[in-house]
Amino acid sequence: MTAKILVVDDDPAVAEMTGIVLRADGFDPVFCDHGDRAVGIFRAEQPDVILLDLMLPGKSGIDICREIRAESGVPIIMLTAKSDTVDVVLGLESGADDYIPKPFKPRELIARVRARLRRNDNVSPGVVRIGDLEIDVTGHRVTRAGEVVQLTPLEFDVLVTLARAPGQVFTREVLLEDVWGYRHAADTRLVNVHIQRLRAKIERDPENPEIVLTVRGVGYKAGGHTS
Amino acid sequence: MLLRVITSTLVVGLAAVAVLGAYVTTQIRDGLVEKRVERILVESARDVDTTQQTFEASPAETPGELQQLVNDQVAALSKLGGESRDILLVRAPGNDSDVFLTPSGEGALLSIITPDLRSKVATGESQYWQHAAEPDGGGPAVVVGASLTLRSAGNYEMYFVYSLADEEATLELIQRVLAFGATVLVVLVVFMTWTVTLQAVRPIRAAARVAARLADGHLSERMRVKGNDEMATLATTFNDMATSLQRQITRMEDLSRLQRRFVSDVSHELRTPLTTVRMASDVLHEARADFAPSVARSAELLATQLDRFEALLADLLEISRIDAGAAQLDFKDHDLGDVVRDQVETLALLASEQGVELRLWMEEGPHIASMDSPRVGRIVRNLLSNAIEHAQEGPVDIAVASTARTVAVVVRDYGVGLSASQVQRVFDRFWRGDPARARTMGGTGLGLSIAREDALLHDGVLEVSGRPGEGASFRLMLPSGSRGLGLREPLPLDMVESDFPEVGPRVVLAAEAEL
Repeated sequence: MTAKILVVDDDPAVAEMTGIVLRADGFDPVFCDHGDRAVGIFRAEQPDVILLDLMLPGKSGIDICREIRAESGVPIIMLTAKSDTVDVVLGLESGADDYIPKPFKPRELIARVRARLRRNDNVSPGVVRIGDLEIDVTGHRVTRAGEVVQLTPLEFDVLVTLARAPGQVFTREVLLEDVWGYRHAADTRLVNVHIQRLRAKIERDPENPEIVLTVRGVGYKAGGHTS
Repeated sequence: MLLRVITSTLVVGLAAVAVLGAYVTTQIRDGLVEKRVERILVESARDVDTTQQTFEASPAETPGELQQLVNDQVAALSKLGGESRDILLVRAPGNDSDVFLTPSGEGALLSIITPDLRSKVATGESQYWQHAAEPDGGGPAVVVGASLTLRSAGNYEMYFVYSLADEEATLELIQRVLAFGATVLVVLVVFMTWTVTLQAVRPIRAAARVAARLADGHLSERMRVKGNDEMATLATTFNDMATSLQRQITRMEDLSRLQRRFVSDVSHELRTPLTTVRMASDVLHEARADFAPSVARSAELLATQLDRFEALLADLLEISRIDAGAAQLDFKDHDLGDVVRDQVETLALLASEQGVELRLWMEEGPHIASMDSPRVGRIVRNLLSNAIEHAQEGPVDIAVASTARTVAVVVRDYGVGLSASQVQRVFDRFWRGDPARARTMGGTGLGLSIAREDALLHDGVLEVSGRPGEGASFRLMLPSGSRGLGLREPLPLDMVESDFPEVGPRVVLAAEAEL
């Protein structure tokens, strides 16, 4: 099955060229050139990955990101012309999984898209418990006392990666490689922002986390009791 | 300021009053005494005259009669002169008459008459006088003496002792009044000085306070203008200055904001078409095997020059961001050794492709400093790229060391080197040592400029030294804390090849360890 990619960009040349590159690698691109239509097209097309430009006419990329995230965990990759700290962090906090600064190479784009599609390829099945959470790896479900905790696929991947080796410390660089699929050093803010989002969903008190613990100056590890 | 003015006023005032008081007192005393002495001399001369005439006209011959006459005369004179004078009648030293008269008057008074006066009186015709002090610690006095011939009793001397106690009392009274007046005057002067100074000082203090507030960034702070004297002028001028300052600063801030906006806009506007061009170029480049040779080569050139264009754009944006003061630094404690090692590892492969060996020497660590590690990494990368490019296939030595307040890295190559004039210009934007040289590293000409700006953003320094044909040495020094660079330099700027092993052990790179 070919993966469907929604490309939201108001620049026709960039959109068309992105389409050419995606098609060449066997993806099925659909396009949207206006911020106000993006959420509608997303609902109609149900893409596997969204490539989202931040500067759009009409509704901004940040708002679109929030709206889509409210109803779906679909992977969202921001395309940013500015790599300014504020923009990137704002985009990540509003729910984007990853970002690519413009200009980018086709190879880089394809690698990022594949990394977001690849996620359950190498997951061994089973059930992992951590703290009072039950993680059904095969079914992609996290429950607390029978109640489902809604996580995006990326957050799920972060949690499973940490929970499989409780107590083991993962540096941000290792997480970037394992979860995001970066081979080289990348922006560690990706990890920080998503750990915060994950904690907000799974921790009883996100200010005093018990499941995803910070190891100062090193990285993160899973705490709590496991079976 | 207030205290100083009052102190000096007090000192000057007291000195002036003391001098004036002394002068006035002396003048008054001299005047008083002189007048009195004149009157005394007239009075005593008349009395002596009267006495002499009385004796000459008297028929008294016997000692008893003479003695009686003397007693009557002295009593009459005493009554005449009042209490302020005493009369003394003594036998002259050269009197050889056999009639002896009992001296009259208190004998004690004789002791205050000096021999000098007595001898003058004995010889002279007229009367003589002297200053004296009354016996038994009495006040000042004037003694007048004259010689008399008391018929058959021979020569006698008559002395009048005038007390100056009245003059002394008057003088004391005047001195008391003067002292009181002087005290009041000094107090008044000090009080006036204090009031006037306070009036002058208060606006200055207010100005100082407002200036301090301005310096703290409260640009809308102003002084209160009251009246239209010099102080009001000061306040008005001060306020004008503050307004002008505020306008300038606001203008600079606006400019800086505009510049930042512009950089951000240019960045966005350029990157959008560049994204398309980049992708298109890469698609063509991937497919170049299917093209005719000239088209394939064109695709290749397009791809490589696009890389250069992107690097140039990134550097340009970075330097204009620094110029606009819009660079955001994220300071954290990092080990400079780690940062340098990472960069050396990354560039080691590229260096060996150019036949350059990177040798990293590191002093026993840690070399912790508060830094924005991506920026410091970029400085080191720029220095290494530059060194590799100019090393002429020779080695490049890198040393890391630190002192308590400074961390330093030196990058030294032994290649083409730099002349003195080149050393001056090496950090200039778009400057190249030799424009004709092959640009193997694809440098943008901004790398070292940005590196220096980055060093300055860290309150550090980036320096260079070199000689033609002997290579160049770059040294980056960063303060480890907020106290700035220390005086002691961890590494010398001008290092020769044999210096490096002394810095510390050579670090085995991961790339070498695999071999």
